[in-house]
Amino acid sequence: MNSILTSKWTKVVVFLACLIPAGLLIRGAITGNLSSNPTQFLEHATGDWTLRFLAITLAISPLRKILGQPQLIRFRRMLGLFAFFYGCCHFCIYIGLDQVLDFSGVWADVMKRRYITVGFTGFVLMIPLAVTSTAGWIRRLGGKRWQMVHRLIYVSAVAGVIHYFWLVKSDIHLPLEYAGVISVLLAWRIYGRYTNPKRHAAIPKMERKNSAPAISD
Amino acid sequence: MLIKRASDLKYSDITPREDYLNRRKFLQGLGLAGGLAIAGKGVADLVSPPARAYAGTKLSAKSPSPFDTTEKVTPPQVVTTYNNYYEFGTDKDQPAKNAQNFVTSPWTVSVEGEVGKPRKFTMDEILKLAPLEERIYRHRCVEAWSIVVPWIGYSLSNIINLVEPTPKAKFVAFESYFDRKQMPLWSRAGIELPYVEGLRLDEAMHPLTMLSIGMYGETLPNQDGAPVRMTIPWKYGFKSIKSLVKIKFVKDQPPTTWNITNAHEYGFYSNVNPNVDHPRWTQAREVRLPGYFKNTKTLMFNGYGDQVASLYNGMDLKKNY
Repeated sequence: MNSILTSKWTKVVVFLACLIPAGLLIRGAITGNLSSNPTQFLEHATGDWTLRFLAITLAISPLRKILGQPQLIRFRRMLGLFAFFYGCCHFCIYIGLDQVLDFSGVWADVMKRRYITVGFTGFVLMIPLAVTSTAGWIRRLGGKRWQMVHRLIYVSAVAGVIHYFWLVKSDIHLPLEYAGVISVLLAWRIYGRYTNPKRHAAIPKMERKNSAPAISD
Repeated sequence: MLIKRASDLKYSDITPREDYLNRRKFLQGLGLAGGLAIAGKGVADLVSPPARAYAGTKLSAKSPSPFDTTEKVTPPQVVTTYNNYYEFGTDKDQPAKNAQNFVTSPWTVSVEGEVGKPRKFTMDEILKLAPLEERIYRHRCVEAWSIVVPWIGYSLSNIINLVEPTPKAKFVAFESYFDRKQMPLWSRAGIELPYVEGLRLDEAMHPLTMLSIGMYGETLPNQDGAPVRMTIPWKYGFKSIKSLVKIKFVKDQPPTTWNITNAHEYGFYSNVNPNVDHPRWTQAREVRLPGYFKNTKTLMFNGYGDQVASLYNGMDLKKNY
């Protein structure tokens, strides 16, 4: 198991797997198979994948602990960046196809419509995380501060779920599913904090050499 | 223009036999799918092709109609695979799959309430009650997408005149068919069922207000509201109730499903109005399916202002949205 997780090829495979949804959407666009309302289909699919990748990213720390596989940390940055990637696609489709590049309309939406306000907030908060995801930024910020900044992902995930809740007309089952998954992932962290206040969340490997927080696992 | 009536055609002849076995299998499949992980489900959605259009039975109808729009008719494949019919699932592609074995025969429409001659109409009677016309209408959904559909039917006023509303009748209440057994996804709809709608009597009497039994030259596919539905082209699509079973003439404004669900977002009138935004999105533009860009300007009363604007003289349409 460990040798699979540490193999550089696993990272390549995971990377390619993360691109499958995007590939299928592109194929659908080419073959005209994105339902009768392709823009809405693209908006929903990329929104879904943003939330899924946020959930998968948030699942890494609990899984490392529960499965006893600390090496899983190798994938966390990539998965988080894929959440950002699908979030960017989602936002671009909204701006380009839904708003047809009417930027004043986009801004009016962001200010006026609460589901867009909260979704936009969640997206914008991912930008500093994507920017500071490099080894250089971890060094520059220092482990503790870097970790603080990257807790913004909790806000983004919650904002994404609220965005979904406020968007549906009447059937809240799907937003509820996401809310359930995200709640469990956040609750695990709160629980860990109370039961083991000294335990720190994982800081990626390149950080360990330079900075203070001890990594218990 | 020659009007061909389907005089020898019985509605029971044109509804295919139901295949319960397939439906059961399908439901089992649903149960399995429910157990799948979120991510897996997502990939499956992307891989599976959309359901095929349902082939109905040919209907003869008088055409063209003076009400026709000259805009390009939307391909039937688009109209039959993208439906808001929450009884059969809230995803747009679900009704086309889940309504395939919906039993639409025998079928009666009960016309009752404040009328001199209440009665039940069988589908055979409805087919022959007035000459069938084909009318190409724009159809604008409250969700800011639109299609152009050649409906087959006739003005609802034909039926209203037959039953002779009393002077007390001010509104008309409509009700959809509802059956938990045939519509197992009803509990996920998030709306009260049966689906109910309503019009003011003068709106119901307007010649544009249509009782539809077909589209694209054929009987209605189940997912589009078979066997008989309303078509009210100047109002948002949800006003045009599907699978109609009851028409009741009443004194007071009747409750309507989306207004019950969310009065802040969906009013009783729900006339297409580019100047009154939905609280969550603009109603000034729409996407003409199956296009990509939401850049078609929405017209007041969906472009039927010349015919219907006078119904609302002196009314504040911002308040009465």
